[in-house]
Amino acid sequence: MTDQPRRIAFICSKGDLDMAYPALIMGWAALGNGVDVTFFFTFWGLDLVKKSRVDRLEIAPVANTSFKMSMMGLPTGNLGIPNAMGIIPGMTAFSSWFMKTKMKSLDVPTVREYLEMLHDGGARMYGCKMTVDMFGIKKEDFLPCIESVVTASDFVDMTEGAQIIFI
Amino acid sequence: MLADFTAIAFNEEGFMNDPNQWTKEIAEVLAKQEGIETLTADHWKIIDYCRQTGMASGKSPTLRQITTGTGISTKDLFALYPKGPAKKVAKIAGLGKPEGCV
Repeated sequence: MTDQPRRIAFICSKGDLDMAYPALIMGWAALGNGVDVTFFFTFWGLDLVKKSRVDRLEIAPVANTSFKMSMMGLPTGNLGIPNAMGIIPGMTAFSSWFMKTKMKSLDVPTVREYLEMLHDGGARMYGCKMTVDMFGIKKEDFLPCIESVVTASDFVDMTEGAQIIFI
Repeated sequence: MLADFTAIAFNEEGFMNDPNQWTKEIAEVLAKQEGIETLTADHWKIIDYCRQTGMASGKSPTLRQITTGTGISTKDLFALYPKGPAKKVAKIAGLGKPEGCV
């Protein structure tokens, strides 16, 4: 087997709880199947790897057309949560709590735990330099899984030959 | 001398069709095919766990179930079965492809 292993790179640009998981789940599956995995966290996606945010990621019911009452386990079919209700203080916290509880009941790891698993499994993770400069983020603000902060050009160089997934 | 393994059937992905045909000797041979020359005590700890849970539930455990079930860390699991432990462990343990996502 002299062939280069398959490579996948994920660009994580979203910091919502629901948008954190796709890359983590696919990345973990890829590692388990012997695929080389790289993560690049940019803009809101940096929330996933910031110590201050990783345990506080949220999902907002406002302006989310997929967010139906039935997600809360109520037999209400296509009945949505009215946006006017979504803006009530506590609704975002409630939705986030609900999603986290549901994931926990399915034995899905938290985002923090997932990142540790991925890091231990050999995935490489980088922060986006431009966003880091823009938000004034420091090295010590990141979880230890972040190897370094790199430019977009560095990312392009280091993912040569990889399949790139933008989330 | 190795025993005769010609009677054992594998599917197109290389997983054993019948987990009941599995023996420790077969595991040694399958491990070599997967690039693991010697199965150490830690390798066996994982295989034994997979055999136990796999035969009881009919499903291969996922990587996370293996790490929580055996107490072996993710890092060590990937070191023991490098480059794709999910399929490797299941193959060597004579079980089917793991179905879970985590």
